[in-house]
Amino acid sequence: MNDTDRSPVAGRLPWVLVLPAAIGLVFLVLPLVGLLVRAPWSTLWERLTEPQVLEALRLSLVTATLATVICMVLGVPLAWCLARLAFPGRRVVRALVTVPLVLPPVVGGVALLLALGRRGLVGQWLDSTFGITLPFTTAGVVVAEAFVAMPFLVISVEGALRAADLRFEEAAATLGATRWVVFRRVTLPLIAPGIVAGAVLCWARALGEFGATITFAGNFPGQTQTMPLAVYLALETEPEAAIVLSLVLLAVSVIILASLRDRWVNSP
Amino acid sequence: MGEQSVTLTARLRLTRPNFRLDLDLEVAPGEVVALLGPNGAGKTTALRLLAGLTRLTEGHITLDGQPLHDLAAEKRPIGMVFQDYLLFPHLSALDNVAFGLRCHGTAKAESRRQAAAWLARVGLEDHAGVRPRQLSGGQAQRVALARALVIRPRLLLLDEPLAALDAHTRLEIRSQLRRHLADFDGATVLVTHDPLDAMVLADRLVVIEHGTIVQEGTPTEVARRPRTDYVARLVGLNLYRGTATDRQIKVDDILFTVTERLEGPAFLAFAPSAVALYRTRPDGSPRNLWQATIDGIERHGDNIRIHLSGPIPAAADITPAAVTALDLTPGQNVWASVKATETHAYPA
Repeated sequence: MNDTDRSPVAGRLPWVLVLPAAIGLVFLVLPLVGLLVRAPWSTLWERLTEPQVLEALRLSLVTATLATVICMVLGVPLAWCLARLAFPGRRVVRALVTVPLVLPPVVGGVALLLALGRRGLVGQWLDSTFGITLPFTTAGVVVAEAFVAMPFLVISVEGALRAADLRFEEAAATLGATRWVVFRRVTLPLIAPGIVAGAVLCWARALGEFGATITFAGNFPGQTQTMPLAVYLALETEPEAAIVLSLVLLAVSVIILASLRDRWVNSP
Repeated sequence: MGEQSVTLTARLRLTRPNFRLDLDLEVAPGEVVALLGPNGAGKTTALRLLAGLTRLTEGHITLDGQPLHDLAAEKRPIGMVFQDYLLFPHLSALDNVAFGLRCHGTAKAESRRQAAAWLARVGLEDHAGVRPRQLSGGQAQRVALARALVIRPRLLLLDEPLAALDAHTRLEIRSQLRRHLADFDGATVLVTHDPLDAMVLADRLVVIEHGTIVQEGTPTEVARRPRTDYVARLVGLNLYRGTATDRQIKVDDILFTVTERLEGPAFLAFAPSAVALYRTRPDGSPRNLWQATIDGIERHGDNIRIHLSGPIPAAADITPAAVTALDLTPGQNVWASVKATETHAYPA
């Protein structure tokens, strides 16, 4: 007998559950409806193609993509170590990795300033040795976004690694594959869907990053002013522009949700 | 063909909280040894120890005079076929077979050429570009075998190579596997719980129970002279342990007359088909007679198998006609006998 055959327990709908559920749904959907209703549809295209909007959009896409690349280069090996190596303090490391997930982004930005700022722990050394300054630069935006978004990738990839059948790796070892070859030719292809899902989530988080970015990188149009920053600023001066920018971000979110629906929404 | 000095000697010791494995193995070049045993006996663990996927607690593995036990799995000259084959799902059949060659430093084109030759050898040249999930069980098994053999291992390890196949495919793949094993000049260790697979494929059987060897010998020896209840059940014999005096063996309180002359502890074996059943005590004085109770009746091939309890448990195979004629039902008391010429006795 499957779920569709099973007749529900007879009786009235439990309003104690259904009513809050309905209010919750409205609460989640209403703001999006507001955005759509108040959008200046007639002037949408002109506003979208305004130079500063395009500039913010371009900056957002570039920085979010760069941040995602950094997260993959560093995060996939980190996830592999967490999933495959038994070392003392592994639980502590995993907890540390997830800190940016729960940390208020503004706090993350302040922390980044203290570490990588011109007077920061590592930042002053970077400045004096290499002449590199990160805060209030486009590179700083990338750093802030990567800091906030990396846990999404690490958690997703580690989950995929744990779910992957270890025996394929054993089979590869009996064929003479070293651990690096096993990782490159067997593990990586097997967990590719998990990496893609993690990268998309990571990219979406980076794209929406606000708090850490404005704290660490500031808000300079063309240099560090990404979409979310532009939305916030436009809201004070030009609310319609803010709505248009918000619509763009909403569209991106919907596209991401749709592309991941098999993995995240339909899974039990 | 490779050098003839390949010989495996292994002393496998593994201690786990609730499991101990302790077995000595020797395999000659070209020889196929089957590890046979019930589930949980430690067969697969022994194979994993040989492969280097599980670390020995103590002991040694020597192949060709070279110690293997300190080498990681990828450094051992082995080929392994896993129970569910574990073909890499993201690679084509050809690339699965070429995988090991690439790992051993063979150039890509040459790897593919050799892999294609092996696919042809197992009759799958038409399936080179196919992904594993599109292969049937028998085809996947052959790809797995080619993948293990193409790297010219000195030790071939097969973990239940036929267990995942349906009965029909199994028959065909078994005879193909037998042919490939005959062509292989290295040592082969095969794990199975199926006595037929073991008898057909192996030159020598090593029976493992509870992590230790309980019997070894050629398939014929093992089939003729089982030494444990597990082996006796596998080969379909009634087996008893008793004390022999000249041509008689006392099992429990029943005195069996046999044709062999023995002294001391001995095994007595006879086939279920050798057992005759009677409703009443037969006339005359047939030897090897005992009274038993029918425990169960079931179909067994063309015959009926009667399970007997009493002083000694036994299985008897009789014709359906005889069951009707004797009007046998469970719970009934019957007399059972077996001719001395149909028993087989050997020292315990």
